[in-house]
Amino acid sequence: MTTQTTKTPSAPASKDGATKGLIGLPENIGRALATIGGALAVVSTFLAWTWTSAFPGDLTVYGYPGGLQVLVLIGGALTTLFGLASYGVKGLRWLTPAGADGAIKLAATGTFATTWYTVIAISDELGGVVNLEPGGFIAAAVTLAAFLGAFSLPFERPEEEHIDEDETVGERIGRIWRHIVALLKSAVFTPSPVPARKLPAFAEILVIVAAMAVGLTVFTYGIGTEYDELFVGFLITVGFLFAALSKAGLVARVSAITGRHSTITMFGAFIAAALFPFTQSDDQYATIGVYILIFATVALGLNIVVGLAGLLDLGYVAFLGVGAYTAAMVSGSPSSPFDLHLPFWLSALLGAAVAMVFGVLIGAPTLRLRGDYLAIVTLGFGEIFRITVLNMDGTSGPDITNGSNGISSIPNLDILGFDFGLEHTILGFTIGRFANYFLLMLLITLIVVVVFKRSSDSRIGRAWIAIREDETAALAMGINGFRVKLIAFALGASLAGLAGAVQAHVTYTVTPEQYQFAHVVPPNSAFLLAAVVLGGMGTIAGPLVGAALLYLIPAKLQFLGDYQLFAFGVALVLLMRFRPEGLIPNRRRQLEFHEEAEAPAVLSKTGA
Amino acid sequence: MTTDTTTVTGTTVLDARGVTMRFGGLTAVRNVDLQVNSGEIVGLIGPNGAGKTTFFNCLTGLYIPTEGEVRYKGTVLPPKSFKVTAAGIARTFQNIRLFANMTVLENVLVGRHTRTKEGLWSALLRGPGFHKAEAASRERAMELLDFVGLANKAEHLARNLPYGEQRKLEIARALASEPGLLLLDEPTAGMNPQETRATEELVFAIRDKGIAVLVIEHDMRFIFNLCDRVAVLVQGEKLIEGDSATVQGDERVIAAYLGEPFEGTPGDEEAAEVEAAEASAPSDATPGKENDR
Repeated sequence: MTTQTTKTPSAPASKDGATKGLIGLPENIGRALATIGGALAVVSTFLAWTWTSAFPGDLTVYGYPGGLQVLVLIGGALTTLFGLASYGVKGLRWLTPAGADGAIKLAATGTFATTWYTVIAISDELGGVVNLEPGGFIAAAVTLAAFLGAFSLPFERPEEEHIDEDETVGERIGRIWRHIVALLKSAVFTPSPVPARKLPAFAEILVIVAAMAVGLTVFTYGIGTEYDELFVGFLITVGFLFAALSKAGLVARVSAITGRHSTITMFGAFIAAALFPFTQSDDQYATIGVYILIFATVALGLNIVVGLAGLLDLGYVAFLGVGAYTAAMVSGSPSSPFDLHLPFWLSALLGAAVAMVFGVLIGAPTLRLRGDYLAIVTLGFGEIFRITVLNMDGTSGPDITNGSNGISSIPNLDILGFDFGLEHTILGFTIGRFANYFLLMLLITLIVVVVFKRSSDSRIGRAWIAIREDETAALAMGINGFRVKLIAFALGASLAGLAGAVQAHVTYTVTPEQYQFAHVVPPNSAFLLAAVVLGGMGTIAGPLVGAALLYLIPAKLQFLGDYQLFAFGVALVLLMRFRPEGLIPNRRRQLEFHEEAEAPAVLSKTGA
Repeated sequence: MTTDTTTVTGTTVLDARGVTMRFGGLTAVRNVDLQVNSGEIVGLIGPNGAGKTTFFNCLTGLYIPTEGEVRYKGTVLPPKSFKVTAAGIARTFQNIRLFANMTVLENVLVGRHTRTKEGLWSALLRGPGFHKAEAASRERAMELLDFVGLANKAEHLARNLPYGEQRKLEIARALASEPGLLLLDEPTAGMNPQETRATEELVFAIRDKGIAVLVIEHDMRFIFNLCDRVAVLVQGEKLIEGDSATVQGDERVIAAYLGEPFEGTPGDEEAAEVEAAEASAPSDATPGKENDR
């Protein structure tokens, strides 16, 4: 109680009660409660929470946390660590460069939410609270205590809005809602952290390696979640803990370091991703991995068109289709009209080239339009592609694409004697078919990332951003707008075509249904755009994260069933309301949307 | 500085002849001739709606003149604004149009677009030529920022600059395209006297670099301090062109700004009559005379 008050942002605690916590407990009790509650939550995960293994994950074992308990364990541990750091414990200060209170609140909330979700899920699925062992009750109680304790930490309350005398009911609800939002926001508010002193280069690289390892672990865990409950718990825990870490200022610290070593970070991330198949014992999750990569790569290509050049393209998936169909037709498939079997590098290049030609053909007439008109025209062209392919079946058109049956039995790739269809043993690890394609696709992703990075930081990339910012001024600066936009469009198209060439081999079959505007399964134009917007426009990491989430959530939450698209819509609306710049914001856009926030005046690195 | 060096007869940089711009039935600019010689600062003034900005847009390829032609250094201007910039005419905008979410340095680098050639392949392959060109562009951009006094703010976002500095940045961005003629559309709009003074110095410095300047402005003191020649545009037509003293003394100019005197100027007794009538009327019945109180 002596040292921590200097660390909290609300040091002048006696401004006529303006800095009280949300819950009326005294600050010192609240802080102790949160810290000890977190620790007890860790302990409780070693107890049995239920008596039967009917609930997935086997939470019946004493002394060995399983399933959802692991998530609670991590959340509880982090809450305790943040709590201890707020007491000024030596050696933990680095955890909270921006102050601990906001982080404690979010970590405690995450732990509380995961625990209670588990307890409620057990009671619900097994029929009543009788199914809980004492451990379950203890976990629920201590996490609730930690949650209440955390929210009795004081904070600077927002000013009440002026109340209009004759407000309507609607206005009243709006005002109360805004007040609640502002209250919650300021409850977890922390000032931006002080810039860290530079670490020695090897230490910074160690930090990057550690961050990559954490990232790989989290991602692998998320892909490997075997049942709905665990995935929901995973999302809750990861969401809150990530928010807690960023409130603590750690995320800003790490991204400052990765910004300084962007090349090392990039290759580190790809090595981490390449290690993923080696962490898997069978091919089941590599399948998900390769589909995520295809989706993410195409989303990244779209990000050049949408995020950099600001051209809203609603028919982008057509270029993936062009690439896939091109590669399929020259793959030696029996249902292809051409009796050709080109090596992969040639068919991939051909796929990219044909997609680029289509990009130019579609772009040349449409890119003279601006804004909404362009969006509508590209939407139309995307559908035209699909319907054309559907009709070229020999009855309603020339027999080229085999209509709705598509081009099937596309043979597996064979590069330099390495058959992608077979299992291989590398260094004692068995790598199956999808893992092979995962590694190949990763290479394509790397190409697209490099293309994105290099083109965005160049004369042409600056011209794209200038056009996005103000087309008239850009033209007056001597930029040939049409030409530059066409380059963006063609480049985006050819990258999608490249990804399509691999996709054709992964899926065995290409059919027109895979390339619709909106569909339950990604990739499709709507989901691609959603991945870009959700992840963060104009960044590299944004579409990758967005695509991973958009693929995993429908794949993992089978119970949503018919409500999948509805839930997707709700999530998008909420995200756009509260974080319009996306999960991983470009620094420019963050400033654009949060002007009132204390903006770092200096933008040291361009782009992401 | 050298305000009255009216006849620095350099070569003709800009030669607009008989420029007419019609929008449907409305003739915004009618038969305007204007020459700008190298090393000259020419002002273009006129009341609101006189067609100054329309004329400007005809010079920069945003509009294609309905009649007449505009020649830059002897060649007819191409009808696209980016080609005009490439030819050597750069401009600023009346309402600042910076790339708000790019840094100050990036804004100027965008201005270098026409003077660099590196395309997509060069950017992707990153050969030695690319790095050389990038470094040269950056160096040139920093020089320009230094010239307008923004070098220490190179990494700030353009939107975060104060108003006066945004104007300066717009000028730096225009200069980055290495123009032979710079068109400034109301460069001191919204500025305080000190900032106006600084802009004046900046325009002189630009002229001293050998760049001809054509400037639209409402601030008369600024124009008459600055310009070697001033052209007055009224209702789409050029009323008069000449040095500051000539234009300032011309009755038609005064009339255009302050309104025509009556046919046969009002006699003293008429004026006295009006004044008496106003004085006798109740005070609330005299709108438009708020200066009385």
